[in-house]
Amino acid sequence: MKRWVLAGLALVVGVGAVLADGDAIVQRRKLMKANGEATKTVVAMLKGAPFDLSAVQAALKSYGEAAATAPALFPDDSKTGDTNALPAIWDDKADVDARFAKLAADVKAASAGIVDEASFKAQMPALLKNCGGCHELYRAKKS
Amino acid sequence: MAGLATIAALGAAAWLASAPLSLDPAIAEAVAAPGSASAGRIVFFAGGCDSCHMSPGQSDPLRLGGGRELKTPFGSFYPPNISPDPKDGIGAWSAQDFAHALLDGVSPSGEHYYPAFPYTSYRRMSAPDVRDLFAFLRTLPAVAGRAPPHALAFPFTLRRGLGLWKRLFLGPRAFPDAPGRDAAWKLGRYLVEGPGHCAECHSPRNMLGAILAHRRLTGGPLPEGKGKAPDLTAAGLKDWSNADIVEALASGFTPTGDSLGGPMAATVRNTAELPPAYREAIVDYLKSLPAGAWRPGE
Repeated sequence: MKRWVLAGLALVVGVGAVLADGDAIVQRRKLMKANGEATKTVVAMLKGAPFDLSAVQAALKSYGEAAATAPALFPDDSKTGDTNALPAIWDDKADVDARFAKLAADVKAASAGIVDEASFKAQMPALLKNCGGCHELYRAKKS
Repeated sequence: MAGLATIAALGAAAWLASAPLSLDPAIAEAVAAPGSASAGRIVFFAGGCDSCHMSPGQSDPLRLGGGRELKTPFGSFYPPNISPDPKDGIGAWSAQDFAHALLDGVSPSGEHYYPAFPYTSYRRMSAPDVRDLFAFLRTLPAVAGRAPPHALAFPFTLRRGLGLWKRLFLGPRAFPDAPGRDAAWKLGRYLVEGPGHCAECHSPRNMLGAILAHRRLTGGPLPEGKGKAPDLTAAGLKDWSNADIVEALASGFTPTGDSLGGPMAATVRNTAELPPAYREAIVDYLKSLPAGAWRPGE
């Protein structure tokens, strides 16, 4: 009996923890902000800043985390609020999910394939095209 | 009786005033010479024809079957097929027909086009560019099928009325003199204000859908009602270096590592195809614009 109560308590605490950091819009913004920071470094390197493989790998890690977690961050109750996400996302959630899946696959390929500056310059631009694909259809900046 | 006569006279005056003007004979002659398709390819991407005219549901910008819905406060426009298909596209057009459409917004049958087709900007284009663009379009694949008719609210369904709109709002073809400006700046002005038609989205409009001249390029609500096209004057670009803007027009990435989205994503696919000197010229011109101030609701 005591054990069941403890288990129930743990469950409640666990759910509470999920809800506490579960504001999907806040989470999305955090992910995108991290991706932006990572991309700033990556674009600078593409333009001629000194190549740094560990920075590239950190960026790829950020993209990979975003691709893995983002699909769950668009629940039906997160359409409005402090967000630039367009309702079109929920009209075609399958397409959005497919785009994140493609991003995840592309990140995986790039993580294996980018080993030096030459492979970085050859492979990174194609990976970065994933960003604009969703921003074109599914985001509208208000300012 | 006198009232009826007045109405009849006003009606006749409006009919005459709304008549399409004919093509400038000097232009008609200049576009008659054969154009260069390879030069026209650059004009095509400078003009962003594909952004509206490419067939929806596919990714080839050179399949110009039209039909992509463009939502506006006046209703939905469906840009026509401008592929070389002789029946459904513009394959049967003469170079003069093409120039008249692009520069004056008049169809081969003498009807006015709606200014959703940005001839308000395209009329700045040079005759050689028009000729080269026409030559390039002729090399593209013919696409069968027509776009649906525009779905507009009355009274915007009355095309003839556009003749009056043009009298009010259609600007001159030639640019004003710009003493002291170099060739790069002039190229930038030409690209921004002419083929690039940047002001068509990046400016607020009045109730009749004409750009507010004193607020040109200070940003505007996107025609499809999703977000805002930002201010491109010194006020809006104050945090952007010249190199930042050149990069954004080449790769789509902003100084904060964000990627340009919405309709600008398609625009960047076009500006990425331009020679680097063109992107730099665009930036030279934009950076010279004095700070504007668009106040929403104006």
